This record gives sequence, C-alpha cells and structure tokens, in this order.
Amino acid sequence: MIDVLLNVALVLLSVSTLGFVYRVIKGPTTPDRVIALDAIGINLIGITAITCIVLRTQAFLEVILLLGILAFIGTVAFSKFIEKGVIIEDERKS
Amino acid sequence: MRTNDLILQTITKIVIFIILAFSLHLFFAGHYTPGGGFIGGLMTAAALVLLLLAFDAKTVKKIFPVDFKKVTAVGLLIAVFTGIGSFIFGVPFLTHTYDYFDIPILGETGLATAVLFDIGVYLVVIGVTMTIIQTIGEDE
Repeated sequence: MIDVLLNVALVLLSVSTLGFVYRVIKGPTTPDRVIALDAIGINLIGITAITCIVLRTQAFLEVILLLGILAFIGTVAFSKFIEKGVIIEDERKS
Repeated sequence: MRTNDLILQTITKIVIFIILAFSLHLFFAGHYTPGGGFIGGLMTAAALVLLLLAFDAKTVKKIFPVDFKKVTAVGLLIAVFTGIGSFIFGVPFLTHTYDYFDIPILGETGLATAVLFDIGVYLVVIGVTMTIIQTIGEDE
C-alpha cells in the first residue's frame, strides 16, 4: 500500500520537475530560469527523501540537507550576478 | 545604483552557523555513516563562499585572516605525518589503528588515527576550494 503511494508521489514529482524543465528551456527571461532551477533543486530534495523511504535506508538523509544548502547558495550567486554583474565584490559600496 | 542587502546579510549570519555545524557533523560522522573529510571540507568552503557572496572579499579577509594556500600546505603536512608516524611503531607506511579511551564528558569513545588523516584531507579541500574561488573572484 505505502509503496504504491510512494510511487505515485514520485511520478507526481517527476511531472512537476518536467514542468520546471519546460520553464528553464522556454523561460523568456533569466530570472524565470533561475527560479525554475531553484525549484528543480527543491523537487530533487523531495525525490531523494521518497527514494530513501522506498529503499528503506537512512544513507541519503545527508544528501537532503546538502541539496538544500547548495540550491540556496547557487540561487544567491545567480541573483547577485543578475543584479550587480559581479558575484564577489572587492569592496562594498553601500 | 545603491542596493540594500539587509535580508541576505541577516540570513547569512544565521545560516552560516548551521552550515558550519553540518560540515563538522559530516566530518566526524564519516567513519560510520556517509560523509568524511572531502564533503565536510566542501561544506565549510560553501559557508565561506556564502559569506563572500553576502559581504565582500575585504570583509571575509578581515574575519578569516588566513592564507588559504598555507591551509593546503598544513593539511598535506598533517596527512604525510600521520603516514610517517606509523614508522615509529615499526609498521608499514600509513598503517592506521584505533583504541577505546575514557573521555570525561563523552564516556568511552573509539578514537582512530584515521581521523588525523581526515583532518589533513579536510584542510586541503578547504584550502584548494577557497584559493580557486578567491583567485577567480578578484576582478581587475
């Protein structure tokens, strides 16, 4: 019973990830693509968690936190590049 | 155009400690669960990169007045000396051992010399990553 539910959830997450992939390819502006990539990262977290339950293991739980941190840092770096043009400033202006 | 990074900087001040704690957890859990020196070092470098993103290179240099090339060298030295240390006991190079000790707070804990080697890996990964990022990040 729980396995069927987990597989359904995996399929739904895959469909939503495909939707985000469509937005990454099609997205008219760069911020659209960045947000879609961030959301793909969050979906990957969900897929990893459900795979953990399917495989009945705790070995991948670190991956979840890792993906969250990396998605956050990547999105911040992209946003800073879009806003200011440089990712690492030498000295703050403000 | 003046921008205000107040939200990003405040979030960074909180999140950086969570990332550093997670990297230490990954480092010390590496013996029995997934993790180890490599990914722990990468996570520590990620925390420093977040600091670089939210603030600037000058501020980070002020907070961490460390030459990361020297961190790499120290890590390599530690790794080599754990290998050489095995010669003292007349066993082959890089032979590792472990034993159980009574530590005041933690109780009976197994301490392995592989942790010392892992500290070397950890420092090398931090040093190399931060050197690459700081070298590329310096514009001009």
